[in-house]
Amino acid sequence: MSLFGYTIKELENKLHKKEISPSELVDLSFQQIHDVEDDVKAFITLNEEQARKQAKKLDDEPVNKAKLFALPIGIKDNIVTKGLRTTGASQFLNNFDDPLYDATAVERLKDEQVITIGKLNMDEFGMGSTTENSSYHVTRNPWNLNHVPGGSSGGSAAAVAAGEVLFSLGTDTGGSIRQPASFNGIVGMKPTYGLVSRYGLITFASSLDTIGPLTQMVEDNARILEIIAGHDPSDSTSAKREVTSYTDALTKDVKGLKVAVPEEYLGEGVDPEVKESVMNALQMLELLGVKWDKISMPHSKYAAATYYILSSAEASTALARFDGIRFGKRSNQAKNVDELFKQSRAEGFGDEVKRRILLGTFALSANNVEDYYKKAQKVRTLIRQEFQTVFETYDLVIGPSTPTPAPKIGEKTVDPVTVYANDLLTVPANLAGLPSLSLPCGFTEEEGLPLGLQMIGNHFAEQTIYRLAYAYEQATNHHKKRPALGGE
Amino acid sequence: MAKITKDDVKRLADVSQIAMTDDEAEDYVAEMQSIFEFAAMLQELNTEDVEPTIHILPGTTMLRSDEPKHSLTQEEALKNAPEAKDGYFKVPSILD
Amino acid sequence: MNFETVIGLEVHVELKTNSKIFSSSPNIFGAEPNSLVSPVDLGYPGTLPVLNEEAVNFAMKAAMALNCDINSHTFFDRKNYYYPDNPKAYQISQDEYPLAENGWIDIEVDGKKKRIGITRIHLEEDAGKLQHTEEGYSLVDYNRQGVPLIEIVSEPDIRTPDEAYAYLDKLKNIVQYTGVSDCRMEEGSLRCDANLSLRPVGQEAFGTKTELKNLNSFAFVRSGLEYEQKRQEKILLSGGEILQETRRYDERTKETILMRVKDDAEDYRFLPEPDLLPLHIDEAWKERIRQEIPELPDARKKRYIEEVGLPEYDAEVLTSSKEMSDFFEETIQLGADMKQASNWLMGDISGYMNKHLKELHELAITPEGLAKMIKLIDDGTISSKIAKRVFAHLVENGGDPEEFVKREGLAQISDEGQLREIVLEVLAENEQSVTDYQEGKGRALGYLVGQVMKATKGQANPPMVNKILKEEIDKQ
Ligand SMILES: [Mg+2]
Ligand SMILES: [Zn+2]
Repeated sequence: MSLFGYTIKELENKLHKKEISPSELVDLSFQQIHDVEDDVKAFITLNEEQARKQAKKLDDEPVNKAKLFALPIGIKDNIVTKGLRTTGASQFLNNFDDPLYDATAVERLKDEQVITIGKLNMDEFGMGSTTENSSYHVTRNPWNLNHVPGGSSGGSAAAVAAGEVLFSLGTDTGGSIRQPASFNGIVGMKPTYGLVSRYGLITFASSLDTIGPLTQMVEDNARILEIIAGHDPSDSTSAKREVTSYTDALTKDVKGLKVAVPEEYLGEGVDPEVKESVMNALQMLELLGVKWDKISMPHSKYAAATYYILSSAEASTALARFDGIRFGKRSNQAKNVDELFKQSRAEGFGDEVKRRILLGTFALSANNVEDYYKKAQKVRTLIRQEFQTVFETYDLVIGPSTPTPAPKIGEKTVDPVTVYANDLLTVPANLAGLPSLSLPCGFTEEEGLPLGLQMIGNHFAEQTIYRLAYAYEQATNHHKKRPALGGE
Repeated sequence: MAKITKDDVKRLADVSQIAMTDDEAEDYVAEMQSIFEFAAMLQELNTEDVEPTIHILPGTTMLRSDEPKHSLTQEEALKNAPEAKDGYFKVPSILD
Repeated sequence: MNFETVIGLEVHVELKTNSKIFSSSPNIFGAEPNSLVSPVDLGYPGTLPVLNEEAVNFAMKAAMALNCDINSHTFFDRKNYYYPDNPKAYQISQDEYPLAENGWIDIEVDGKKKRIGITRIHLEEDAGKLQHTEEGYSLVDYNRQGVPLIEIVSEPDIRTPDEAYAYLDKLKNIVQYTGVSDCRMEEGSLRCDANLSLRPVGQEAFGTKTELKNLNSFAFVRSGLEYEQKRQEKILLSGGEILQETRRYDERTKETILMRVKDDAEDYRFLPEPDLLPLHIDEAWKERIRQEIPELPDARKKRYIEEVGLPEYDAEVLTSSKEMSDFFEETIQLGADMKQASNWLMGDISGYMNKHLKELHELAITPEGLAKMIKLIDDGTISSKIAKRVFAHLVENGGDPEEFVKREGLAQISDEGQLREIVLEVLAENEQSVTDYQEGKGRALGYLVGQVMKATKGQANPPMVNKILKEEIDKQ
């Protein structure tokens, strides 16, 4: 047995019927890690001793009402975990062995008795889209080890795709859940901004950051979001509204849903195979009774530039607290406070993090703030308004999750602008605060790399997204394919 | 769009409290230049009457009632400190 | 050339809420270092601020008492600067949309009344405390991090160091009356920065200003400004130029010392705080706070004059601090004679405070004590002379004056028989004085009274002594 192919519900059933024990389940996870982790390298920190201890304790407990009883999960390493090292993939936090508190999303999963297998690799502080910006190691795509897993939640996606954990938490500031989900042939959801508490998510950009689940299947994704969503009194930007059941929505009819497909999402720079997989998906949706139109969203082309200015500006202040006094890196070169700040940060941060801090500092400087930061805030308004207009007529916006399949490791780190431009399909949803999900919609001909379909909904329209995603998933077989890794 | 110089990069690094050698700064110049040129495309758009988006959510900020709660002990507060002394965080001297 | 002085003041006042402004940590002064902190206060990665409603209430209360308009739509901003006491390397403050604007304070200097404008009042978080050691390192305590602050910025309406002093005194008094802060400079719950510039009389444009720091008492503010005024005048008269500087006041030499020359304006790279939504304050909220504002000093003074019947001078002195005024009200509420209570407070109590540089709350005497003591005087239990002794004890040790009087045997001797016995003894021993008195030397009676008082250790009831003496001499 492996973790592949089981839904949460099925595993909970097996636990209930004593067909498997918590310890055996956790063992499945560590067995797979033993078999494939040397190749995939999805984790920064493993929590084996604690996890096994916890499983053992659960062995003696009746499968109670906990919704995620004894399920082995992974957590992106920019989400803090009490008593478990949290680095954000930064050397600055290499020794951050106990963040002293749990992120709210983690707390909610722990309340349902999940077992944390470990902390997952990522681009340092979420800045990157290949996980090559991790200051620890490169994570490899389980579908083809020469390719990147995407990022920044590369470890979160790879660990699920490789069957090392049942599901994981990722974070998405500009596509960091959806793009790696797409590259790894799994389901990744970036919820509406404010639906899931950001408390305990190491801030990259407060106005864009979100936490969401990465799963093998749509049903599990809905189930986990249902648990981690909802108002949190520790996060002033968390929405005060009832969380509706996403799992109940799954099987509702999709007939008559109206979908918009922006031509800009299938324009220049989008790989023909990607386009084809999206067109095939649209055909399938038609068969399910969905109506779709090609539309134009002309402001899309400004999204990436807007995103980089805003996210870098916010990051430049959010990361200012890394000063070498209360936690993390302290340079031993410092003879005074000024050097303490400058040396610790120079030694603790990687190149990409420094680049974004410089860019953000520039965008907020008195001479530039109007032309850069405030200008970008205004363009953000235009991008939001464009979506609102579309949602007056359509239920969902659909397009590819990424312009290309996962690139080769080392292939794309040359020009930052090219790298940034690749986020053009995912950043609009962050700028507008909209929920957006990526699910498998095919594989490349030659290398068999997964491709992802992106569904963007109106604010808090997660139900609609899950409903259509589930219908599509059940009508196709993409989610049943496994990477040909060891352990099969 | 003005040209970015090495000195510009060094000044930004200084404000951002990141030590940077001349060579390192030099490495950033071309990249920063191309990022700024990329970002300059926003100037094409007329945003005269457009309100900036600061927050996605509407409404007024959440308020907490004034109930004090003890959180960390002194020992916990200092747990991750690179250097501590007598219950304080220790830092090298301030140079003005 | 004659110059006009232009002074602006920036006052920071800590609000005494139970918990901090953006975290639930207790807001207490003087605890063990780093014992009142949470991950939020330490700026731990992933932590977020949540606004304390009471901090907003308190700030509004102070702002309304200072005659400000409350803005219905306000905002928090990040003010970015690196310093070890600033854990996030940004302070959550308010830049473009402060909580309140357009206030004023009426002051009086040398009998002249003047209105000083308040530009704005905004809400922000306090920083931790940095302590420098001889050994060349510094120690940081983050207990104060996150204590709610209001920053009160005056208009450049102040023209003399004395006006600055009066402004601060009045501001402190008003804020104390609202009860939102203790305004104790010695504990740092009120702090003041001042700026000063000169311009030729008649010129409208402001001159270059310097900023003064480390002003740890109102007297130091005045003395620092006096020094700075002279320093700038000297430079200008000798044809020099004032540089935009930050200067530190030295309490020992009473001079200001250059800290740093400001290059351009410091760039704090303000940005709207994305972790907090805007704060909307509706009319109902404003009205609720307005109702909670207690009687303020000017109104109380008017009441003392018009309703209690105190002379204007007394009313002014008694209301010049909330402590004094509250003490007075409590004392008379306990039944003490109003005029006597006022006299004790303005006389002996104020005298003691001035002599020992203490505040009223630092004295041991309570309104109960004072009221009881006044009653003991009124009912003749103690003489006003003995009262001075009782007061000296009360002010140092507190407690119940009645018990003290009993314990020390200080009660007045008003027993006629007992007094008559003593009088007879004194008369027997001082025949010459009796003769002198009988011969019309009035002074002799005073001497005899003195002898009786001496014999009773000052406890004899003076009017009775007088009466009995006269009776007994007349009998002879
Ligand atoms: Mg200020
Ligand atoms: Zn301030």
